Amino acid sequence: MKKHEKTIIVRGHIIDSLSLSKIFDEIIDRGGNYLLEDIDIGKTRTDLSSARIRVSAGNTDALDSILTRLHQLGAEEPEEPPVHLEPAPADGIFPDDFYVTSNFETEIRHNNKWIKVQNTGMDCGIRVNTAGNSAACVKMNDVKKGEHYVAGLKGVRIRYIEKPGRAGEFAFMDSGVSSERPRQAMIIETAGLMKRIKAKEKSRIVVVSGPAVVHTGAREWLSGLISKGYVDLLLTGNALAVHDIEAAFFGTSLGVSLREGTATFEGHRNHMHAINRIRAAGGIGAAVEQGLLKDGIMHACIRKDCDFILAGSIRDDGPLPEVITDSVEARKAMRSGLRDAGLVIILATMLHGIAVGNMLPQKVRTVCVDISPAVATKLADRGSHQARGLVMDVEAFLHELCEALEEN
Amino acid sequence: MTEVLMCAPDYYTVSYKINPWMNPRRKPDTTAAMAQWRALYKTMQGAGIKICLADPVPDLPDMVFTANAGLVFENDFILSNFRYSQRRPESAYFETWAESFGMKVRHLPQDYFFEGEGDALFFKDTLIAGYRLRSDINSHLHVSNIIEREVLSVELVNPEYYHLDTCFCPLDDTSALFYPDAFDGYGQKVLERIVPNLIPLSEKDARKFCCNAVVDGRNIVMNRCSPSLQEKLGSLGFTFHLLEFDQFIKAGGSSKCMVLFLRR
Repeated sequence: MKKHEKTIIVRGHIIDSLSLSKIFDEIIDRGGNYLLEDIDIGKTRTDLSSARIRVSAGNTDALDSILTRLHQLGAEEPEEPPVHLEPAPADGIFPDDFYVTSNFETEIRHNNKWIKVQNTGMDCGIRVNTAGNSAACVKMNDVKKGEHYVAGLKGVRIRYIEKPGRAGEFAFMDSGVSSERPRQAMIIETAGLMKRIKAKEKSRIVVVSGPAVVHTGAREWLSGLISKGYVDLLLTGNALAVHDIEAAFFGTSLGVSLREGTATFEGHRNHMHAINRIRAAGGIGAAVEQGLLKDGIMHACIRKDCDFILAGSIRDDGPLPEVITDSVEARKAMRSGLRDAGLVIILATMLHGIAVGNMLPQKVRTVCVDISPAVATKLADRGSHQARGLVMDVEAFLHELCEALEEN
Repeated sequence: MTEVLMCAPDYYTVSYKINPWMNPRRKPDTTAAMAQWRALYKTMQGAGIKICLADPVPDLPDMVFTANAGLVFENDFILSNFRYSQRRPESAYFETWAESFGMKVRHLPQDYFFEGEGDALFFKDTLIAGYRLRSDINSHLHVSNIIEREVLSVELVNPEYYHLDTCFCPLDDTSALFYPDAFDGYGQKVLERIVPNLIPLSEKDARKFCCNAVVDGRNIVMNRCSPSLQEKLGSLGFTFHLLEFDQFIKAGGSSKCMVLFLRR
């Protein structure tokens, strides 16, 4: 509903008493407008009628003036049913028929008030605190027995944002994923947004990246972005860190020389040696402190104090000591890290991209860069409709993004 | 047999101002007021009306205006929610009285003001109900649910005619008196459509509270009115009982305000 709109209900013998005509006239006379959303006219003279009217005006004062008058004429606020709460029957178990959240901003009606649900994210339940004055999205395995959760659909409303960001900003986001668009304009806009966030907003820029950033030779661009303070949080897995460190130690990524583009002799061993050295040093941070790890993405994170979360998987070699191997704990850390996100840039990673998309409120501006159009499409298919896709090589994207940041 | 409720003006005075007629510095003559009330009582008794009496209560000077105590429909006594705090204590006494009389007392939601027969008058089987200055329109919906009759709400726009019974008076199944300036265009249209013979009052008669008349069959008790109005009413076959109510007009009331119909 727009800002200067309000829905009212009138009931009674509103036709024969001319109350309804009078309400319409009063709205128009005071410069407003109306939409008759619903009307139920009594079938006999004694039957009551009712009408649901959406009233709009040019500004808040005009709307207030109209509503004050309409209240004299019997207009009432529509009754808003409260949410139904049920206790969780056990740890990790929602009550039956619990409300499953989306990534849209959500509010619940409780104790005659609308309460904003905190930590918006999809596929969660809504927990209401004991005092009944706050509500938050909670993942299934964080549920504690006896906590109260919203059940059913009543008393819940969501606010869909047509276009994330401010008017006129990030215009390319209006279109979905396509390889048929001038990418330079999109990259310049992304750079502009990053600068604006750094200069004016309190929100954080999050990069979600796959190891292809290293494989394609974009390591220096991403580490450059981190070093210049454009990244507040890096979400990735073991692989990106491993190959970034492999490149620092051996100049290869998965044994392929980043300078020559050719496989090196016995290069497949490099990443294992890199992992071993870091584990021996006590971790990535320790390796940087000891002067062992001298450049690259992870080095930049440590030096610039950029937060990073390495979420583990069953395919991981090692893994590196900083990797969170308990996937539930990793998810918790990621959700917590994303709380103040203002822009999320997803680089060449389908699984991390979708996982992060699931955790993001719909209002967070999201760019997904991948050589495959399917990635951005999948992200949107799974509910992250705000994500806009740039179909291109991730090295080219980061290179051009860094240049755009330098220029404008 | 018509039956009404009245309350003697033992404690009647003007000690506060809740309508434009009231002025605490212009007190009524209590002896004259009592005489005017007795004249009304006797005239009605003489016309064959049975009169019940509620006990007057000290410090509730407006209890004499029993029409505002509630609205009676069959055996239901719909208790008023007075707008002004000065009159709210009256409700408890009228509730006790109605219960003792064997009626079922019906309460409206406290959020909505409703001032009884002062703002609700039947024309045939339709209840015409005034709102804004004293009663809230939202109360009418609840009244309508109780009486299961059509309730036509009309807005009162002139503070001097703050109750419907000061500006509208049903006479019989075809005629009614009204003072046009007390209503807006919508209210006037509603009355014109429902009352075939709607008789407009001059400002002079309206200010004499001629709409505030007690009508029972062909008997009318009202404050002294103009010869032209007498002529109109005479042509309709009514018997006049023209009395003086100037001591009560000082509080914004006249004969009808002092009578609540219980049965007719």
